[in-house]
Amino acid sequence: MKIKKGVSLIDQHDKNFMYGGKFGGNFIPETLKKPIDDLTKLFSKLRREKKFLSERDYHFQTYVGAPTPFIKLENLTDRLGGAQIYAKVVSEANGGAHKIYNATVHCLIAKRAGKKFIVGDTGAGYAGKMLSMAAKKFGLKCKIFMGAKDIKRQRPNVEAMKKNGAEVVPVTTGSQTLVDAVSECMRYWVSNCDLVHNCIGSTVGPNIFIKICAWSTAQISRELMIQVKDEFGKIPKKLKLINCVGGGSSAAGFWNEFMNTNAEFIGVEAGGPKNSKLHAAPLTNGSKIGILHGAAQYVIQDKEGQIGSTESISAGLDYPGISPLHCFLKDAKRARYTSASDEDALKAYELVSKLENISPSLEPSHAFAEAIRLAPKLKSSEVIIVNSCGDSLKDKDIIKQRLGSYIR
Amino acid sequence: MKSKIALAFDRCKKEKRPALITYTVAGDNSKSNSLKILNKISQHADILELGFPHNTPIADGGQIQGSSYRALKKGIKLKDVFQIVKKFKKTNPNKPIILMGYFNLIYQCGENNFLKNCKESGVDGLIIVDLPYPENKLFARKCKKKFISFIQLLAPTTTKNRMRQIIRDSHDMIYYISMLSTTGGKLKVSSKKIIKNYNNIKKINNKINLVIGFGITDKNIRSLKSANGLVVGSLLCKIITNSVQKRQNPVTNLNKMIYKLKKEIS
Repeated sequence: MKIKKGVSLIDQHDKNFMYGGKFGGNFIPETLKKPIDDLTKLFSKLRREKKFLSERDYHFQTYVGAPTPFIKLENLTDRLGGAQIYAKVVSEANGGAHKIYNATVHCLIAKRAGKKFIVGDTGAGYAGKMLSMAAKKFGLKCKIFMGAKDIKRQRPNVEAMKKNGAEVVPVTTGSQTLVDAVSECMRYWVSNCDLVHNCIGSTVGPNIFIKICAWSTAQISRELMIQVKDEFGKIPKKLKLINCVGGGSSAAGFWNEFMNTNAEFIGVEAGGPKNSKLHAAPLTNGSKIGILHGAAQYVIQDKEGQIGSTESISAGLDYPGISPLHCFLKDAKRARYTSASDEDALKAYELVSKLENISPSLEPSHAFAEAIRLAPKLKSSEVIIVNSCGDSLKDKDIIKQRLGSYIR
Repeated sequence: MKSKIALAFDRCKKEKRPALITYTVAGDNSKSNSLKILNKISQHADILELGFPHNTPIADGGQIQGSSYRALKKGIKLKDVFQIVKKFKKTNPNKPIILMGYFNLIYQCGENNFLKNCKESGVDGLIIVDLPYPENKLFARKCKKKFISFIQLLAPTTTKNRMRQIIRDSHDMIYYISMLSTTGGKLKVSSKKIIKNYNNIKKINNKINLVIGFGITDKNIRSLKSANGLVVGSLLCKIITNSVQKRQNPVTNLNKMIYKLKKEIS
């Protein structure tokens, strides 16, 4: 399995929409075939259309806020005494996380498709919050599906969604987390695909959703490429780009423009609580390929093919599957994947928030945990960049409960 | 040689009525009850669909999700599903059984291994909810080789051109989804409209056995009786749910309903 040069990663699939012949595809009910075909055609037209691209760029600049800052974490670097640590502070984007890119693009597409109603799923609540924001801005009615467990643990984002006028539908089936929210949202779409546009919140699901999402988040690395060249004059010889992965949307966007460079990609999955058998790290723990939400991917499951339970302190990473794009990057050996435990993520959150002016949410705290582990072993000529793709504010309750106090 | 599914349709055509097709989930509300249900309702039902449950279904409504959940909680495994079919077929060798479910279970089992098990237990047909045309071509061909019907679905969103292709690549039976919905939604399209769509599909090829499913209950089944077959699923799952809640015997309650449904269309 090999990554082709000169072809966008999202387009490196075969005629059945499979990456590396093994990952992705469209395992969907017949009812969704036509809506998905329509969306596929529309998107392939739009991404070549100058007017649409300038619309996207305009909203990314004036609404999302581009570019998001690229900063050196001087104190953290000094403390760890190894590699130079930088952060791409994507959490400075409007709404506080990278989910705004996908949400904005989906709303623009929905408008072009003549849809007035948009639905989406959410885990950490960021995808839902951003979709509700963008829907409000672009004048679309919005409904968000969210696991009942996540509604409880990500209260601030739920409040934001409601404030934006979205209906938040609690999903009470299964584990009541992201996996169930995605299922319920797809079921809702099956029933209403004539009137409703569906926005899957990450690089998962049927192929077109993976494409739209990764195409949208690619903005992160477009900005970063310029910022890196500004800072170093060129791409540093030894550069590590570290990103957390749940569904994998922020990592896909963070790495995209660096695909054909020497930059090393490290994805950090949610290892779950220390000493627990449960986790949300299918790549790290050698899960088998299976089909989840319309796509073949490495997924936590039992021998029969029933999707397995997951556990993570971070709602945004608490998903049994992983984007087919990351499965492809892993098997092609372009990226490597590891995991950080709940405890490691909490410690990383605490250290970064204490020392620096940023406060990563529990999702990117997983990536910081890996950076903190690696940095002291590396030379000062080496550079680590962490995608700080979410703000800790939404995790205030959990952090207070686990650490006694919340700092930001 | 004609398949048992084709023969079942022939019989119903002779009696000038649609085939009554039931859907229940294997292992709901227990392995033994599931078999009892099949044995009992096969007296009135012409074709039996048996769901092999998956815990992340993307096209099922609440009732079937509930049945699947109950079955999985009781620990139902694929091997049990095949056991149920095998035992049923011992006493009802000519009654067609169609397994219905999601592809991941087949993927994990291995396509060939799964089909071997189907053959050995006596499965007549397969409906795989998330394996649409044309991605299903290879698997459909494997099924045909084993004389197992691979049954495809058509939806209100399916384009005419696509319908033609699917029909051309079909065996024995095609399933028309009545409306945009997960299974068991309230019928939000008039029966008249459904029959109109149905007739348009039949015009493409009048010889196919085309059945209608999704949202069919004892209240509306009569209005759809001009179809070759009618599938009732969520209603039956709901009866099992209610029986469990009221501590009644689901087998008798289900049988009463099947009898009623049969009378409505006879």
